[in-house]
Amino acid sequence: MSAFKSTLKRDLNIAFKKKNDIANPFMFFVIVVSLYPIAITPDPERLSEIAAGVVWISVLLASMLSMDNLYRSDYEDGSLEQLLLSPHPLFFMVLAKNISHWLVSGLPVVLAAPLLAYMLNLPQQAYPTLIASLLIGTPVMSLIGSIAVALTVGLGSRGLILAVITLPMSVPILIFGTLAVEASVSAGSPAGYLALMLAMLAASLSLAPLASVAALRISIS
Amino acid sequence: MSLSSPLSEAATDPEKVSRAVMLAGKNLYCERDDRVLFKDLEFELHEGMVMQLRGSNGSGKTTLMRILCGLNDSYRGVLEWYGEPVEEQLGDYYQSLHYIGHRVGVSRVLTPMENLRWSCSLKAEVDDHLIEETLADLGLRGYEESPCNTLSAGQQQRVALARILINPMKLWILDEPFTTLDKKGVAQLEANIQKHAESGGAVMVTTHHKLDIPGMDILDLG
Repeated sequence: MSAFKSTLKRDLNIAFKKKNDIANPFMFFVIVVSLYPIAITPDPERLSEIAAGVVWISVLLASMLSMDNLYRSDYEDGSLEQLLLSPHPLFFMVLAKNISHWLVSGLPVVLAAPLLAYMLNLPQQAYPTLIASLLIGTPVMSLIGSIAVALTVGLGSRGLILAVITLPMSVPILIFGTLAVEASVSAGSPAGYLALMLAMLAASLSLAPLASVAALRISIS
Repeated sequence: MSLSSPLSEAATDPEKVSRAVMLAGKNLYCERDDRVLFKDLEFELHEGMVMQLRGSNGSGKTTLMRILCGLNDSYRGVLEWYGEPVEEQLGDYYQSLHYIGHRVGVSRVLTPMENLRWSCSLKAEVDDHLIEETLADLGLRGYEESPCNTLSAGQQQRVALARILINPMKLWILDEPFTTLDKKGVAQLEANIQKHAESGGAVMVTTHHKLDIPGMDILDLG
């Protein structure tokens, strides 16, 4: 457990020293969301129709942008080898890295989302659902992205491969996330969708770190 | 592939025979890109033994070391830790192993203290006092809280080497640990390796330096 805590602490420490890594996905999210009203329409009525989808797509893209930081520098400086040689279960080590990554890249985006949703004229009753769905959805994206990053960390030039692996796997969470918000916009109940998303979170919390560990072993050898 | 087995040398030395075999490789075979790096490789690393892995560039020294650490599984043959296959007791094995590779495992944005707090905690809990003392021993007093990207390559190497001194582990696998060290650092590391062997630990090391360690064994990869 002390190794879990110290890994978490170390990754947070690194993130706060490399402030770009925190600021970039956040800024990207704000910019992308702001572009929609400019390009599509400033009409509040129509904006409120697309608000849920716009926020969710932007969150997904922002999470893609930040994923690469997860293992890259550790791979380059050899810390990843030391991690793999730890006698402690790697499941928890990888989970610690995922949690710290979500805290610095996912959580700020979730916190900014209501503000940007306001700009897109999202109906008032949908805010609690938006925040809840993002709180459940962003960790799932981080956990899934972690597998793809672990698989590609050893490749020299990755280009789009990360997106090609991650995006198809993130589609279900995108579907249910937007459906949940839409449901509460049209005064329906989002509970069913949120429950399904919670199931996805439970599945990815328990399975994704295992896949990440296996992928890291492949990448490092 | 020439292979001077250390077994014959060990057999003539009664002191070494009495020591338990710590790590043994049996019938190891590895190829990379259709080139055979080594085949029928046999070695036994006893407690208290220092073994230098020798070979020209590209002869597979680093590959063999990574195989021994379980970081590379593209080989055939058996690795045994105290007589039992390594895969069956990976937790125990990693609890006894220090590996320092080409990429030394020191994050450049963190300070030596922060680096060691983390990398040592992966093996066992350590207190800051011990880390500070070890860094001072290695000539890094005053650098404890400087980010590692302000340190020289040799100093970063010393930070990595502090790990093997802080957590006592039976087996050290060191890949080119001398390259960036200055003369004093080389002598100090040699002394530490010797001390480790005398206390019953084992060391496998690659280097192109001429090592000044009495009773050292050689494993030649050609």
